[in-house]
Amino acid sequence: MAVLVGKQSKVIVQGFTGTEGSFHAGQMIEYGTNVVGGVTPSKGGQIHLGRPVFNTVDEAIAATNADVSIIFVPPRFAADAIMEAAAAGIKVIIAITEGIPVQDMVKVKAFLEDYDCRLVGPNCPGVMTPGEAKVGIMPGFIHNPGKIGIVSRSGTLTYEAVDQVTKAGLGQSTCIGIGGDPIVGTTTKDAVELLMNDPDTEGIIMIGEIGGSMEADAAYWIKENATKPVVGFIAGQTAPPGRRMGHAGAIVGGKDDTAAAKMEIMRQCGIHVVESPAIIGATMAEALKKTTVG
Amino acid sequence: MINSLFIYFYKNDKTNIIYMNLHEYQAKEVLHSFGVPVQRGIVAHTTEEAVAAAQKLQAETNTPIWVVKAQIHAGGRGKGGGVKLAKSLEELRERADAMIGMNLVTKQTGAEGKKVHKVLIAEDVYLPGESEPKEFYLSMLMDRGKGKNVIIYSTEGGVDIETVAEETPHLVHKEWVDIGMGLLPFQARKIAYNLGLSGTAFKNMVKFVGKLYKAYTGIDASMLEINPLFKTASDQIIAVDAKISLDESALYRHKDLAELRDVLEEDPTEVEAGKYGLNFVKLDGNVGCMVNGAGLAMATMDIIKLSGGEPANFLDVGGKANAETVEAGFRIILKDPNVKAILVNIFGGIVRCDRVANGVVQAYKNIGEINVPIIVRLQGTNAEIAKKIIDESGLEVHSAILLKEAAEKVAEVMAS
Repeated sequence: MAVLVGKQSKVIVQGFTGTEGSFHAGQMIEYGTNVVGGVTPSKGGQIHLGRPVFNTVDEAIAATNADVSIIFVPPRFAADAIMEAAAAGIKVIIAITEGIPVQDMVKVKAFLEDYDCRLVGPNCPGVMTPGEAKVGIMPGFIHNPGKIGIVSRSGTLTYEAVDQVTKAGLGQSTCIGIGGDPIVGTTTKDAVELLMNDPDTEGIIMIGEIGGSMEADAAYWIKENATKPVVGFIAGQTAPPGRRMGHAGAIVGGKDDTAAAKMEIMRQCGIHVVESPAIIGATMAEALKKTTVG
Repeated sequence: MINSLFIYFYKNDKTNIIYMNLHEYQAKEVLHSFGVPVQRGIVAHTTEEAVAAAQKLQAETNTPIWVVKAQIHAGGRGKGGGVKLAKSLEELRERADAMIGMNLVTKQTGAEGKKVHKVLIAEDVYLPGESEPKEFYLSMLMDRGKGKNVIIYSTEGGVDIETVAEETPHLVHKEWVDIGMGLLPFQARKIAYNLGLSGTAFKNMVKFVGKLYKAYTGIDASMLEINPLFKTASDQIIAVDAKISLDESALYRHKDLAELRDVLEEDPTEVEAGKYGLNFVKLDGNVGCMVNGAGLAMATMDIIKLSGGEPANFLDVGGKANAETVEAGFRIILKDPNVKAILVNIFGGIVRCDRVANGVVQAYKNIGEINVPIIVRLQGTNAEIAKKIIDESGLEVHSAILLKEAAEKVAEVMAS
């Protein structure tokens, strides 16, 4: 059943009737995701994409028993939407929105400490369990049900890895896009831990980038707890210090958060590190073979 | 341009920011509006304005002499010759004349330096008096690892904080602030005590820190640095310099601050790219690239390096990879005479590759003459059709579907 989202998930969409929300909710439904409704304040009572619209997350849960929410709400209202979902009792909150002010996320992080829920994102492509549930904006067709878990801070680079895994004859258990912001709800280590404990996952691909210490933290955890092969890549080996590379969180600040430094730590912790993003899938296939033989 | 504080705290606290920088004079005006005491000054764009500013300032503050400070987005100005004392109006005229229009090279500008477009004429606050004047250091920023705001301060002010932190880490203190509670009185007192203050200076420091934190959260600053933070001979606490970086994502709620953007301090190509919604960063290499998605863009730069080239830029076209953005992207990349090849790398998910391919062909035709080889790698939705469109266009464009193929094509081009 993989992790975070699956066949059993009852998903609501916050920002359901907006352009982004409508488009991607439609794609999710088409993929087979169990979308049970949506929330758009003041549009409660309408039917959208064949699903009921509610004014509040509370109402949506009362009517549908939803346990997963995906958020397409514009940046200035997104922090509020995340907190509403948590307060209403949603267990897995997936925030796609890019450009949420940092101080808003500082508040969200403090707020979520009081609730039993998991936030994925913001500024992420979402979570995908192939064949069961697509709760995000990723293209469904490149995925294939299988045994490889993928964790990544990026969108299209994740699709690249997914595609390579599929082409290598493997498939994915769950792909978790944790997001490219400085403050994210689920860290690389959190996501790796979920996949390491998932009986349906046999290998893990961990894709990081410059900036911050999340990959190093995950690597140290892997060193102590790994029961499956982990393949790792860090984007931004050629990024100059002090310049932000698109993602809010992608910036080299010092010698410890360069791609080279992170890759070295990952190697020392037993991760199969690839220098080239073109061989992520092939390296995973090799690593799995070795594990089976050994 | 990033300053040493950023570098230091990225390294040690894994903090991070998305920033729009303010000039010193702008930062001081913003802080003043929050009631934070600052060294007073008037900005000047010409020598004449500088002289008038000096006279006005003298009338208002009785300052016997002035400080002329170059206004550029980079630190280390003092050592680079961007901060000078002027003891008479004649000397002030000379200083301002020399400074306005000069190319100021500091530790943070890089060798090319930055042109000085304006100067701040400031009062002298280092006057002798009843107590010994003293310089401190204080900054506020978001601690990425903890997801909390942190105040960093030291008794060692007016010098490079990175050096202080490396050589005497015990002199750098930190205070994390609970976002719900805000800065609590005991925390402000602790800071003032740790800075070794007592009496009036202590009280003034407690007030200063409280107001500064209100300013920090009130303007959605990513970073706010006061160095030196100064205790005058009459026990006043004032900001002699101020650096503010703002969170760009929060500018929608600070329209007045958004207007303070100074595009003269930014790379003109990057400013132009921004108009097309392209996220562009100029680099020093010889292979340009255009990619959808920041992570894949960085990975593409890495591929270029592994294939024997050096990336000439970072360019994320985002979800809008169409004929218009592709053409704008090509034009911006081609402005750089060092570019010997361009790699377009699009992973089409929602974006259809055939549309992007048509966009590439159209852009190529519109631009007319492109004298460098272009490698187009399109993968995802309709990738095969896209490759066909490129191959049959008759243009000098190499097509690829797998990332590995694209890498090999780049290597071929670089070797030829």
